[in-house]
Amino acid sequence: MSSLAAAIRNIAGACALAGLATLSSPISAQEQTQQPATTIINPTAQGVTEQQLLQQQPRITGRIIIPDKRAAVLIQPAGREWRAFHEIALRWIAAIAILGMIVILIAFYLTRGMVRLESGRSGRTIVRFNAFERFVHWVTATCFIILGLSGLNITFGKELLMPLMGHDAFSTWSGWAKHAHNYFSFPFTIGVVLIFLMWLGGNIPNRTDVEWLKRGGGIVGHDHPPADRFNAGQKAIYWIVVLGGAAVAISGYVLIFPFYGTGIGEMHAAHIVHSVIAVLFIAVMLAHIYIGTMGMEGAFEAMGKGKVDVNWAKEHHSLWLEKEAKSDELPGKDLRSTPAE
Amino acid sequence: MARMKFLCDAERCIECNACVTACKNEHEVPWGINRRRVVTINDGLPGERSVTMACMHCTDAPCMAVCPVNCIYTTDDGVVLHNKDQCIGCGYCFYACPFGAPQYPRLGNFGSRGKMDKCTFCAGGPEPTGSKEEYEKYGANRLAEGKLPLCAEMCATKSLLAGDSEIIEQIFRDRVKQRGYSSGAWGWKTAYDEEVSTS
Repeated sequence: MSSLAAAIRNIAGACALAGLATLSSPISAQEQTQQPATTIINPTAQGVTEQQLLQQQPRITGRIIIPDKRAAVLIQPAGREWRAFHEIALRWIAAIAILGMIVILIAFYLTRGMVRLESGRSGRTIVRFNAFERFVHWVTATCFIILGLSGLNITFGKELLMPLMGHDAFSTWSGWAKHAHNYFSFPFTIGVVLIFLMWLGGNIPNRTDVEWLKRGGGIVGHDHPPADRFNAGQKAIYWIVVLGGAAVAISGYVLIFPFYGTGIGEMHAAHIVHSVIAVLFIAVMLAHIYIGTMGMEGAFEAMGKGKVDVNWAKEHHSLWLEKEAKSDELPGKDLRSTPAE
Repeated sequence: MARMKFLCDAERCIECNACVTACKNEHEVPWGINRRRVVTINDGLPGERSVTMACMHCTDAPCMAVCPVNCIYTTDDGVVLHNKDQCIGCGYCFYACPFGAPQYPRLGNFGSRGKMDKCTFCAGGPEPTGSKEEYEKYGANRLAEGKLPLCAEMCATKSLLAGDSEIIEQIFRDRVKQRGYSSGAWGWKTAYDEEVSTS
């Protein structure tokens, strides 16, 4: 019995000692709080901070329990950079490219004027573009104008149109413009593919183009260097349409199907590619429209009626005219050039 | 005038998603739209943190700057709201938003977006305050009733703080002083270009 009592005494003594030890510990804890925070035992010392994560990667991504995987991106400061691109850089690029091109074209028209047919009209015409080619051209052109204007509306509309139209009317118009931009992209893309296929044969660069460029063909020089069905300038337009069209179409479909296998970074990239190429494309097409209408006598007929004057063909596409003339002489083939009435 | 802000104390967030549920229920937010969400960083690793995130109602809000129809505006309380009647669903606010806050119902063909929806700081929208139209488009207007956002009110650990910037900063500062450590006020540098000084 006495040994049991002794054991109890011993245990009680040990507990009392332990109690004293724990009583004294708050004092030491208080002493610690007066020291710098680093000396505190920090249970979450390995915790990540926003700054650390953003130094390692462009955006902070974690795990979420909802199906929308976009929501896993917690913070993406790049949104502010994209904003600077959209609100400042893109506007400057677009304004310089488009207004710059308009200024150049006006200056060119005032100094050079319309390039006339040197030998006048022969009265005889030759088929240059058949009905299908013209159809494809004009479908693509119509789509391009709608897409271009509705696209520019997104970038410049709120500054230029909204003050004129009023807030509500402008947002209604912009809503329709957005739908038009989405839906007209499809015929535009088909048009670009058909342009690529149907005119590829005549648009492979060759030695004639080097000569043509050296002698300043087209509307720049006063010479008429020989050219096949398409001269070097037209070939350049062809490749700009095909490659530029492909680039805006591909980047555009990434945007039209947002986050289909893409993340926020890819969406930013797609938008930047799409908008920069699109405004440069618009600037180039302004020059194309100028040459095809005001810039050169007899050029619009090619895509308008489909037939050009034989003298126009002789001056601008001599090699093509020779080939056409030869093929016309072949038996069983219709005479393509029609005599004047 | 108060400057309303959110502050998530990641040291306290336990990823219970009560804020998400409270928001969904209070505003009857449709399926697929998440005005608030909880993201877990370093999941399952030492130093794991969960952060609840919604629209931070940024100073100089990027969404407002990029909106092509200027349908986003800031109230006197610093709350960023938008007009759904003017929104064209272009998705630009989502590209600009550092926090992934704007949400869009899927409408029509392709990836065609409906009117943008996002956290309103429980402050409704441009419709008459407390009207049926306001509730249907933007959800409850608790701020007009003198109440704070329900997500923060519901937060069991008071990890999520919502309210006047000076007051919630002070609460956070006191906590950090008390416990001695902090991973910072997540998103504040990006949203408000300032940190909560805790020294």
